[in-house]
Amino acid sequence: MITVTNLSKRYGPTIAVNNISFEVQKGEILGFLGPNGAGKSTTMKILTCYLPPDQGKATLAGFDTFEDSLKIREKIGYLPENTPLYNDMIAADYLRFISEIRRIPISKRKTRIKEVAHLCGLNREVLGKNIGHLSKGFRQRVALAQALIHDPDILILDEPTVGLDPNQIAEIRILIKEIGKEKTVILCSHILPEVQATCNRIIIIKDGQIVGSGTPEELAAQAQGEEIVYITIQGSQKDIQEKLDAFENINEYRLTDSEKGNFRFELKSQKGTDIRKSLFQLVVENKWTLTELQKTQLTLEDVFKQLTTEEN
Amino acid sequence: MSNIYAIFKKEFKSYFSSPIAYIFITAFLVFSGWLFFRGFFLIGQTNMRPFFSILPWEFLFFIPAVTMRLWAEEKKLGTIELLMTLPLKDYEIVLGKFFAAFLFLTITILLTITLPLTLFYLGQPALGPIIGGYIGALFMGAAYLSIGLFISCLTENQIIAFIVSVFACFTLFIIGEPIVITALPGWLAEIFSFLGLGAHFKSIGRGVLDSRDIIYYLSVITFFLFLNTRFIESRKWR
Repeated sequence: MITVTNLSKRYGPTIAVNNISFEVQKGEILGFLGPNGAGKSTTMKILTCYLPPDQGKATLAGFDTFEDSLKIREKIGYLPENTPLYNDMIAADYLRFISEIRRIPISKRKTRIKEVAHLCGLNREVLGKNIGHLSKGFRQRVALAQALIHDPDILILDEPTVGLDPNQIAEIRILIKEIGKEKTVILCSHILPEVQATCNRIIIIKDGQIVGSGTPEELAAQAQGEEIVYITIQGSQKDIQEKLDAFENINEYRLTDSEKGNFRFELKSQKGTDIRKSLFQLVVENKWTLTELQKTQLTLEDVFKQLTTEEN
Repeated sequence: MSNIYAIFKKEFKSYFSSPIAYIFITAFLVFSGWLFFRGFFLIGQTNMRPFFSILPWEFLFFIPAVTMRLWAEEKKLGTIELLMTLPLKDYEIVLGKFFAAFLFLTITILLTITLPLTLFYLGQPALGPIIGGYIGALFMGAAYLSIGLFISCLTENQIIAFIVSVFACFTLFIIGEPIVITALPGWLAEIFSFLGLGAHFKSIGRGVLDSRDIIYYLSVITFFLFLNTRFIESRKWR
């Protein structure tokens, strides 16, 4: 549905997007993840035909963003960053204006506006207000309704849940998931749980380049070179450290905490070797007391941090 | 066509959704009415010439105020991004905005109808120059509008758009006025007096609808609307 090949874009001397390529299939929700200024929004601007790429090309539904921009624009729904809306317009008037441009037949306009308003949680009272007087959350919903009104094949959402409260965020996520079953969705965000909760696939972008991609699980596995185990033992520090030094499969360990004879260690072991069993035996053999034994999973957050803070 | 109409409707409504329109219309009517009646009772002639002769100067300040926000505000709010990613052709947006501004101006000008009505009540003014004057005012106003609209798309700051538009309109107006013309060599004077925005208005105002004047205004309007469209497109040039 969406194919991006070797896309590059620079603003003056700064390279915003540097030679990225990816594909999105129909019925897929792609999470576009990256720190601020990584080139997410620029990529979205190119996909929505707002800006031309300097190099490379992007095709949506078989149309080139540069050659057939009008055809693409008919097929996409776009929620830009910072929800730009006309502050002096009444919300319902705004949706009517959009539905006119989106060529929704006059006879269906009313019902369609009602439908999307309901879908996005906009009640009559909100629809009758000036957009400029709405709270951030409602503005966001109006903008989302605007993007959905023509039932687009492709939905591009740039930070759709900014400014919403937790309940609204949950609702919007469910909505996006629902839409993503049949349509193609690209979701831009720097909020990890959001991407993790809604997307089938994630692309992590940094300094305009793709630094990781895959399903949330794949990404976590990909970055997980080591397993981390936390263990707290009651015993003599010297003894424990001697034994740990001699222990197989531990790459590295360090004392993180010690309190009243409780020593907490962080152990790093080779991937795939679960050392918890042998650690437990070690404790038993030495007649120490075990008060904590915990293996941590690398979360997407760790992966994100790892991928986006490394110096290249 | 329906896209132009949609943009037109939205822009036209937005004039009246804030106090801008009412302030503008009131200010224009008070100002032009006062300037007219100030001399009216002294001269004691029932004709509209004083009104029309001062109109190009009033337009100089009033019309940039009508056009300044049309693009600048879209840029400031960022709504231009949504607008440009809707399935609209660039010229449709430009025309929609232009027609909205033009209708607004037309309404404002038509509200000065009280002036000629007063004249008809007091005496028997010649109808031709009055009708001609109004038609000329619309053409001239439309030309000013197209300039202001174009300049509004160059900046995201409405104040800058206003000041630059005033200056641009002033330049295009003054080059055709005697003050400039008389200081120029003959051949240049002829060109300048043709290019000046005001001279054509005067000849229409005499009640003579010359196709050259109409063509002149239409060309100015087309030229600036075209420039506007190209400028909007230019973000897509590589």
